[in-house]
Amino acid sequence: MASTTTSPEAFGSATPSTSESYLTNERGFLSWLLTLDHKRIGVMYLMGVLFSFALGGFFALAVRTELLTPGHTVMEADTYNQMFTLHGAVMVFLVIIPGIPAALGNFVLPIQLGAKDVAFPRLNLFSFHLWLIGALFLVLSMYLSAADTGWTFYTPYSTTTTTAVIPATFGAFILGFSSIFTGVNMIVTIHKLRPPGMHWFRMPLFCWAIYATAIMQVLATPVLGITLLMLIVERALHVGIFDPALGGDPVLYQHFFWFYSHPAVYIMIVPAFGVISEVIAAFSRKRIFGYKFIALSSVAIAILGFLVWGHHMFTSGQSVLAGTIFSAISFMIAIPTAIKIFNWLGTMYQGRIFLDTPMLYALAFLWVFTIGGVTGMYLAVMSTDVHLHDTYFVVAHFHYVMMGGAITAFFAGLHYWWPKITGRMYDEKPGRIGAIIVFLGLNLTFFPQFIMGSQGMPRRYYNYLEEFTIYHQLSTVGAYLMGVGFLLAGINFYRSLRKKPDAPKNPWGARSLEWLTTSPPPYYNFHKPPVVDFGPYDYEDLVFDKKLGGYVHKSEAKS
Amino acid sequence: MAKNKPTKTSQGEAKAEQAADEAVVKSDAHGGHGGGHGGHGGHDDEHLAHTMSIKMLVGVWGALMVLTVLTVSVTGIDLGYTLNLVVAMVIATIKAALVMLFFMHLWWDKKFNVVVFVSSFLFVLLFVALTLNDRGEYQADIETYRQDKAQQ
Amino acid sequence: MTDTTADAHAGHEHHHGDGPHLAHHFDSYQHQFDSGKLGIWLFLAQEILFFSALFVAYIVYRAMHPEIFIWAHYFLDTQLGAINTGVLIVSSLTAAWAVRCAQLGNKQGLVLNIAVTILCAFGFLGIKYVEYSHKFHDGLGWAAKDAELKWSRHDPKHQVWELPGFQAKHPEVAAAAAAASKEGKSDREIAAVARKAAGGKDLGIVQPANSNTFFGIYFFMTGLHGIHVIAGIIVWVWLLLRALKGQFGPKYFGPIDYAALYWHLVDLIWIYLFPMLYLIH
Repeated sequence: MASTTTSPEAFGSATPSTSESYLTNERGFLSWLLTLDHKRIGVMYLMGVLFSFALGGFFALAVRTELLTPGHTVMEADTYNQMFTLHGAVMVFLVIIPGIPAALGNFVLPIQLGAKDVAFPRLNLFSFHLWLIGALFLVLSMYLSAADTGWTFYTPYSTTTTTAVIPATFGAFILGFSSIFTGVNMIVTIHKLRPPGMHWFRMPLFCWAIYATAIMQVLATPVLGITLLMLIVERALHVGIFDPALGGDPVLYQHFFWFYSHPAVYIMIVPAFGVISEVIAAFSRKRIFGYKFIALSSVAIAILGFLVWGHHMFTSGQSVLAGTIFSAISFMIAIPTAIKIFNWLGTMYQGRIFLDTPMLYALAFLWVFTIGGVTGMYLAVMSTDVHLHDTYFVVAHFHYVMMGGAITAFFAGLHYWWPKITGRMYDEKPGRIGAIIVFLGLNLTFFPQFIMGSQGMPRRYYNYLEEFTIYHQLSTVGAYLMGVGFLLAGINFYRSLRKKPDAPKNPWGARSLEWLTTSPPPYYNFHKPPVVDFGPYDYEDLVFDKKLGGYVHKSEAKS
Repeated sequence: MAKNKPTKTSQGEAKAEQAADEAVVKSDAHGGHGGGHGGHGGHDDEHLAHTMSIKMLVGVWGALMVLTVLTVSVTGIDLGYTLNLVVAMVIATIKAALVMLFFMHLWWDKKFNVVVFVSSFLFVLLFVALTLNDRGEYQADIETYRQDKAQQ
Repeated sequence: MTDTTADAHAGHEHHHGDGPHLAHHFDSYQHQFDSGKLGIWLFLAQEILFFSALFVAYIVYRAMHPEIFIWAHYFLDTQLGAINTGVLIVSSLTAAWAVRCAQLGNKQGLVLNIAVTILCAFGFLGIKYVEYSHKFHDGLGWAAKDAELKWSRHDPKHQVWELPGFQAKHPEVAAAAAAASKEGKSDREIAAVARKAAGGKDLGIVQPANSNTFFGIYFFMTGLHGIHVIAGIIVWVWLLLRALKGQFGPKYFGPIDYAALYWHLVDLIWIYLFPMLYLIH
């Protein structure tokens, strides 16, 4: 049980042989589609998520293009309604929710823990297949006649509109179960598959974030499932639970929907916190500041996240008493969130900061997420919310959090783990330029929306008053700019696959276990469970090796 | 429990936890996790988990059947709307507890599994409480609206 | 649904030669069993929350509109409900017994217990079918009625005072209400007559507004529960086939245990549904 077993040299050369690399150890389409390897499943999720991201991005650009001028620009009002619904549904259910936990989490988490796989590999594959089926239903609904209800599917409109609400909600229902099974898998993996020495407070913070997320996935998502099922049944059979014409209560639908969908907001952002914790620590080459606070604040957010759903309903006929309770608890969420921001800043303070692409995305995250979080406070106050509710202020707020928070962190993570996933380095320069363009585009898109929202521009409207034109046009230009940034990142990734160089084991000088295996990892991850006798942020033991182009343990460098 | 594996005591919590888990296999399926012990039948060292004796199985089943008959017959007695409801729910909860503790082996299961299952009920409670509270609060508005409409 | 969590014996290489049912990423059978157990408990926790919204809907409507529930309860067949409760409890017993048999390596007992569990499950569904067809026959569906699924208020064929059960229990009230109804009196007047006949007590026999709400919830809750029973049958049949091949024993009985836990949960939900839907007083 000596520490020698854990030193980096235990794993031989930096690049695995063809028969060992998880990418090439088995060949053929079915060897991917029916694989039980968490890494391959992660990669398939990743491809699905990136494709959906392009699709959702296309819908977003369609919406923004239509809003370039008041009135009709390129599409009819009904098409416009479908476009923003599809944009929301695709981005939420197909991109952000599976983006970090299912795609990156599946790939990274077991290796970070030092496990050979997730606890239930078949369940993992099953949940990916469910994801595919759910995605197909969403696509089917687009083909039939895309829903125009917004991603929230509020009754009674969703039970009366003529568009294909049932395929869309059924798709979301299935996607929900995909998410639940991923959550179950992650919790059991973290509880049961930690190797010797990997105790709870030695886990990288990414694992803590995924753990907190998984709790919410397991406890909140089923409520979305049943709610959407009730909606489907209401629409198909008119059981009268939500439909006021039959004695039902549409506000009850909103309670049900937000009991899931507020925790879902944290399902989307908490994994992002995990990525940011990893990236900021690694690129500041400094032990993370306040490890336990960051770890436990994720769990605190997971629990508190269940107590605030009513802040979406201040203007929906919810009672004043319930509104007050929900408003007060919403404020409390700011505390664990702020703890994280302070700790990240504390980590960077006096660190050796390297401005590589992942770090640029992480810095963008800090800036943008703080704006998104603080404007959330405006909306948690009932009196201001009555003014701002359903305006572009809300749109800007949640895009600053979802887009600026979750997507930015997803790209930070993608750039961070790309060498590990593919075994190839991408070019830094276009990567960095991409990050900067995305950051600028993001602010240009959404900041004007705060202004017009506070002046009363309602969300989801097809038409608007002349005086809002300039804000809409700035926003549209920003959206295109963002599109360019992401396109650049995409091309950069694509080029890295076509050409060398091979990635070293540890290009960033990070310390968690995934950087000890080869890039890409062998299909078995670790021959035997590693004995962990160091922390995930003990950077001082690593030195840069010029010959390898990556970092190695200092004991290895001396020899 | 860890004394069975003296070589593994040095590596921190997780290690001790694992050693404890393994010790359970080696010695006794009702290890230090589950808390209490019931007055159950024999067991041998091969088992991964607790085995229910036939006596217990049939006993619990009998109790469930008796309670079912009881709850049906109590409904026939008029105790008032609320009290009848309370009695029915209390009996249902006793039945549920019997199923969970014995048929589902929760009495002997690991504490964390109990925590997982019980916490799901807490979340349901939260869901019910906040929704019902709000619904009760705005019911008055609905009544007022109905009365206004009836007057028009 | 549960079966995928149930066993994790991956078709991977890299077995340590520990046995045919031990997946490569677990250290021991105990490790594998405990992991599976935590997994199934998490799954059951999500099942509880999956049903929770229906319970919330039930509680909210019952708290706000008790009159609907009181009126509707006259139409439910307590006897069939009670029999079904018994059937499920028997099946829970055999499911628990199956676990015991698997743990002790008693293949014959295991097969027998699973078979009885499956039979009970079919019995349960059969009785449910009888109940459902009576309800539909008596016009006690949810709100929608016609072929085009255009909604209209559900339309019970009988009034409460026409039901034999009610007539036997409250003959005077039934007779008075029937007479008043025949005279073409309004609902409010019938209610007054019935109250008088019952000695000032309101039995809630006149159809209240939105009375379809109860049946919407009734069919949804029991229907979803029924779907879970069907899923359980599929799992049990699969396990029965595996048990016949002798795949389970003291070292490897996880799937039986997990399926039994799922089955007990289905029973657990019914234990609450029964008094909530059938035993309204």
